[in-house]
Amino acid sequence: MRTADVLRFARDAAAGYPLRTSLSVLAMAIGVAAVVVLTSLGDGARRYVVEQFSSLGSNLVIVLPGRSATGGFSPANAVTTTPRDLTVDDAFALTRLPSVRRVAPLAAGNSEIKANGRLREVVVAGTASTYLEIRSFKMAQGHFLPEADWNRGAPVAVIGVKIQEEIFAGRPAVGELIRLGDRRLRIVGVLKATGQGVGGLNTDEVVFVPVSIAMSLFNTNSLFRVLIEARSRDEIEAVKREVTAALKARHGGEEDVTVITQDAVLATFDKLLRALTAAVAGIAAISLAVAGILVMNVMLVAVTQRTGEIGLLKALGARGATIRDAFLAEAAMISLAGALTGYGLGLFGAFVLRQVYPVFPAYPPDWAVIAALATALSTGLLFGIMPARRAARLDPVQALMKH
Amino acid sequence: MSVIQLAGIERVFHLGDSVVHALTHLDVGIESGEYVAIMGPSGSGKSTLLNLLGLLDRPDAGSYRLEGRDVTTLSPDEQAAVRSRRIGFVFQSFHLVPRLTAAENIGLPMMLAGIPAAERAQRVAQALKDFGLDQRADHRPDQLSGGQRQRVAIARATIMQPAVLLADEPTGNLDRATGDDVIHLLEALNERGMTLIIVTHDPKIGTRARRQLMMEDGELKSDSARPSMAVTAT
Ligand SMILES: Nc1ncnc2c1ncn2[C@@H]1O[C@H](COP(=O)(O)OP(=O)(O)OP(=O)(O)O)[C@@H](O)[C@H]1O
Ligand SMILES: [Mg+2]
Repeated sequence: MRTADVLRFARDAAAGYPLRTSLSVLAMAIGVAAVVVLTSLGDGARRYVVEQFSSLGSNLVIVLPGRSATGGFSPANAVTTTPRDLTVDDAFALTRLPSVRRVAPLAAGNSEIKANGRLREVVVAGTASTYLEIRSFKMAQGHFLPEADWNRGAPVAVIGVKIQEEIFAGRPAVGELIRLGDRRLRIVGVLKATGQGVGGLNTDEVVFVPVSIAMSLFNTNSLFRVLIEARSRDEIEAVKREVTAALKARHGGEEDVTVITQDAVLATFDKLLRALTAAVAGIAAISLAVAGILVMNVMLVAVTQRTGEIGLLKALGARGATIRDAFLAEAAMISLAGALTGYGLGLFGAFVLRQVYPVFPAYPPDWAVIAALATALSTGLLFGIMPARRAARLDPVQALMKH
Repeated sequence: MSVIQLAGIERVFHLGDSVVHALTHLDVGIESGEYVAIMGPSGSGKSTLLNLLGLLDRPDAGSYRLEGRDVTTLSPDEQAAVRSRRIGFVFQSFHLVPRLTAAENIGLPMMLAGIPAAERAQRVAQALKDFGLDQRADHRPDQLSGGQRQRVAIARATIMQPAVLLADEPTGNLDRATGDDVIHLLEALNERGMTLIIVTHDPKIGTRARRQLMMEDGELKSDSARPSMAVTAT
């Protein structure tokens, strides 16, 4: 029998019993849709987290004063003792490393801002002109801190939008004078809203000043962080090595800083959420196996129902293999129809998820789609083999009598 | 030349402890183009014999030569090929595939044999015309009368131009007039050279055949072609 004829025969046979066929298609479709929707959810969560972290800035390497016990990142490691200061000069020395594109020192502390007759507590971040580019922030008004010697910053400040709203009631603030602790600074720019919090530090509520001013304001010699941008993603590891070596040399051969990469943090979350997605997919795949068993039952019923027909086909000269192929093709078609319907349903489900939770990029990962479709087809075929072989082995005389 | 040559055929069924000798010591030769009626009481082994002739069943002993070739030793696939090309079946209950149209039912053996669709369509169209079914090509079996159904079945049985046409009580489910039409149709095919073997309970039909085989308890009780045999058997 020709392949095209086998397929047409199987299709007509499946269509000949619409209720039975559509129920098994539905079962298969639900299984596939479950995999697609649940993995969309899992992978959406992963992407959401990854995107949140990525927005820290690209190719970022962060130096913390103090040595963490283990090499890896954990919240506990972030709190470290400070044996030796991480100074502005240390940070500046890093700008000369070959794999480093930009460096921004970061000193942080709380202070009182007084301007326009109002007073409020703010977070002050002492940094340099490079900070804007490293964090990929944009200005709403004016410009960021000017390029200058890190040890002799001009008396200027850049404020977040929230501070502009609260102190200047949204009026243009560039050129205004503020008092920060005992210093008088002139506002040169307003940062565009980022909505981002980093370590409980929402940049919309921060006042940025030259690092030297911040350090004398807080009367400290140690930086809070040094932010470094690698020349490329591939050079992140090189930066890590160079920075560690350079600071070790500057600190008398002692490794007393912690260098973390955004990648390390991301990789942990990425791995965790991928595992979660896979687990969820595995659970959903159980429904596929159930659907496969259902297809098997349906095909067994089909064989019993069509025993007379099978006997007839044999009498008309059909080989056992032909009959097996026809039933297998029928099982495959049911599975395929189920898989495609389920894929469509799953995509629709993911679409609905995205409408309901717009921040959530709920798209099914490619591997899940391929795995779901392949599992559906192979379970359908696998569970189709037994009924098909049973049909092929039927004794024609017995089969013909059952009519 | 004998188209069918049976020698020492035995067919035994085991039903629990009891043993049924459905066919015993069967030696029959049938010439090409013969018209044979197999008759006998219920349970005498007529259908068993016909199934054996049609390679749907295997004997427990003895040899069966079809067109000079020993077919009992063939593999199942080889037997299927012989059924496809050399044997046509007509059944009492028609055995049409309910979801297929008359034309599709007639074309089924050709489809199973892997004949291209274009050639199938042409031969089916010819068969529909030959059997007076042109108006019924797209009807499903449940939209056909009994006589029409059996005509579709005969068209299907002969579409591969087999050497032997086997019919097990082909008129059993038909009224007298329709049954006669079907018999005339089969006889016309026989006149064109096809070997025709009919199992029947109806003496009227049986006597129309040029040769009668009488079965009883799995044995051949008499053969009109060899009148002496009845004497030796008793
Ligand atoms: N598959 C089987 N298993 C057991 N016994 C069988 C089987 N097929 C046939 N027989 C027995 O073999 C004998 C011959 O049966 P067969 O069907 O050939 O009779 P028949 O002459 O065609 O009868 P009828 O005129 O009623 O159709 C019967 O006794 C029957 O019970
Ligand atoms: Mg019978």
